[in-house]
Amino acid sequence: MTDSPMDAALLRSRTRELLAAHPPATTDRLDFLRARFDAGLAWVHYPEGLGGLGAPRSLQAVVDAELAAAGAPGNDPRRIGIGLGMAAPTILQYGTEEQKRRFLRPLWTGEEVWCQLFSEPGAGSDLAALGTRAVREGDAWVVNGQKVWTSSAHLARWAILIARTDPDVPKHRGITYFVCDMTDPGVEVRPLRQITGEAEFNEVFLTGVRIPDSRRLGEVGDGWRVAQTTLNNERVAIGGARLPREGGMIGPVARTWRERPELRTHDLHQRLLTLWVEAEVARLTGERLRQQLAAGQPGPEGAGMKLAFARLNQEISGLEVELLGEEGLLYGDWTMRRPELVDFTGRDAGYRYLRSKGNSIEGGTSEILLNIVAERVLGLPAEPRTDKDVAWKDLAR
Amino acid sequence: MSAPTDLLYSEEEEAVRAAVRDLLGDHCDAAGVIARGESGAPHDLTLWKVLTEDMGLAGLLVPEEHGGQGATHREAAVVLEELGRAVAPVPYLTSAVVATEALLACDAADLLAELAGGRRISVLAVGLHTAPGAGHPTARIAGGALHGELTGIADAAAAGVLLVPADDGGLYAVESGAATVTPQVSLDLTRPLATVVLDGAPARRIGDAAPAVRRALRAGAGLLASEQLGLADWTLTETVRYLKERKQFNRPVGGFQALKHRLAHLWLEVAHLRAAARNAADALTTGQDTDVAVAVAQAYAAPVAVHAAEEALQLHGGIGMTWEHPVHLYLKRAKADSIAYGTAGAHREALAALVDLRAP
Repeated sequence: MTDSPMDAALLRSRTRELLAAHPPATTDRLDFLRARFDAGLAWVHYPEGLGGLGAPRSLQAVVDAELAAAGAPGNDPRRIGIGLGMAAPTILQYGTEEQKRRFLRPLWTGEEVWCQLFSEPGAGSDLAALGTRAVREGDAWVVNGQKVWTSSAHLARWAILIARTDPDVPKHRGITYFVCDMTDPGVEVRPLRQITGEAEFNEVFLTGVRIPDSRRLGEVGDGWRVAQTTLNNERVAIGGARLPREGGMIGPVARTWRERPELRTHDLHQRLLTLWVEAEVARLTGERLRQQLAAGQPGPEGAGMKLAFARLNQEISGLEVELLGEEGLLYGDWTMRRPELVDFTGRDAGYRYLRSKGNSIEGGTSEILLNIVAERVLGLPAEPRTDKDVAWKDLAR
Repeated sequence: MSAPTDLLYSEEEEAVRAAVRDLLGDHCDAAGVIARGESGAPHDLTLWKVLTEDMGLAGLLVPEEHGGQGATHREAAVVLEELGRAVAPVPYLTSAVVATEALLACDAADLLAELAGGRRISVLAVGLHTAPGAGHPTARIAGGALHGELTGIADAAAAGVLLVPADDGGLYAVESGAATVTPQVSLDLTRPLATVVLDGAPARRIGDAAPAVRRALRAGAGLLASEQLGLADWTLTETVRYLKERKQFNRPVGGFQALKHRLAHLWLEVAHLRAAARNAADALTTGQDTDVAVAVAQAYAAPVAVHAAEEALQLHGGIGMTWEHPVHLYLKRAKADSIAYGTAGAHREALAALVDLRAP
């Protein structure tokens, strides 16, 4: 999209009007965020009345720069990433007018946190095989099942949920998409403690939860298609920021190497240099991808970046623990905690080593991503499918 | 941090690519390259003439006032990608990049213009395996004439002028007619090596050897990554094409997950190599952070190109082991390239000093 100077100027003046009417220094944070949403400056590419102005997405930067210069408060997007990155685009595309008006404003301001009830113990890579059941009773759906690996479930007011509404058709066709009230009776959230000692995620048990039909997103049985919007936006959200050299996990290892010559061995030196080169090339590949996007020529490299970083994070953190020797035998803290954000670089090497094991599992396993590259980028044939035309209830499990 | 390097291809660079690819499609088929390799005249001088005299590609790195095109390493890198894709047996890297860079550091405008116009071919008489900054043998200068034997000189058999470092610290131009150039049976038939014997060869001092050789080898190492990218890209593309077509067990073998994952890994490596190679070409152009960019590119490119060629051979099955199928040309070039201008290990060692990750 090209920058229309008039639109940029218009947005700039609207932003200044907002700042004049609600000076950040004297305005309550939440009041300011609500006023910003109502002025259409939350996400300018959204429609008018829903936090936007129907402007090109690229012009958001104009607004953000003005607001940052004025010291305006932000909506802490990292804390509400699932709402912003996954729930909002899905609600925008499939929601009714009433749903959009009810959900988007408090979602964007962060007043209401969202989580995602997709993965199940029996449906990981094969998400479409999910077994949480939703049965119609009058104008509501009664939901029973178990979800897992749910970030923010213990903080969330709302969830996007996919559940099986028709077990008698093939798995992709019998799913429906709902918005679930996390405060409803029958919703039980339990922390899921992981190998690092803490619990970033939750298990969510749904027992007789009643969801009004008015909180369905999209048609009955069309939930898989609706979920694609959610998942595609998840991939758009990844990829983001420009890294400086040594900006990733290689940074702390390189610093330790420089500062503590007594830890150096020849074997570690060879491995460190090899990984340093790979990290630098991965950084350049990410930078090239960003340049392609900026030039309006998105490349397929995005599909591969997660693969590359998962392997690198694991190898680099493994080397780091080994480099530390005696210290590598220790661990910072096994206390069960509930972190709001994942912070790789702020913790010790042992934590990085353990946490990065999940990088090749979460958000699409490396094996599934390799299939995606092979089939969608290289055009190789898919595996023969034995599940496509079989009713969900007859699938092997 | 300085401005980010431009890692994309410009429209002009894509135009250069299209022109070279077209030409190679018409003039550089695999069967011809295989036959030429054993013919006693391994270099394709007809192709060279079109690339240089007609298209002016030998003069990309040479300023216009010296008879060149005044272009940059970025365009030369694109030419090398395409030459790599075709394993073209032409002395582009050795003459139009390495020897040309050496001359650019010297005072030899006449030679530079001849090389830029493609009228003459020249090679630096330093072994192909030599990394930038590494030591290398020199000839002995006595009474204005050179003596000695230098081995492993790539494309020397095609050269009219040899650029010879001598024991007095000078770089000398020697007519190859005044030397004895003997081809060596080489692993890579498309970039053959030769020994150069100098027995009182008349020579002209054109400059200091150390800075010229260093500059030449650094550019050679940096742009070699683009050739390796071209090799790897061809082997991946051709292997994917073949595995979609080849059927066993009543299926295209490219549909088996064990093979798909190997190809997806290769694709990822090639995508990374593209970023590393573009970064090196851009850094050679701008002069910013060049030593690191070149060392990173070579430390990464060599194993990727070899891996791509080795996988191509394995995934082709039996046909890949035949002399008739071109994949061996790519394997031999990729393996030779992994030694050319310094191994990946040598470049990692250079990085240890450049980015302060010192050995124990």
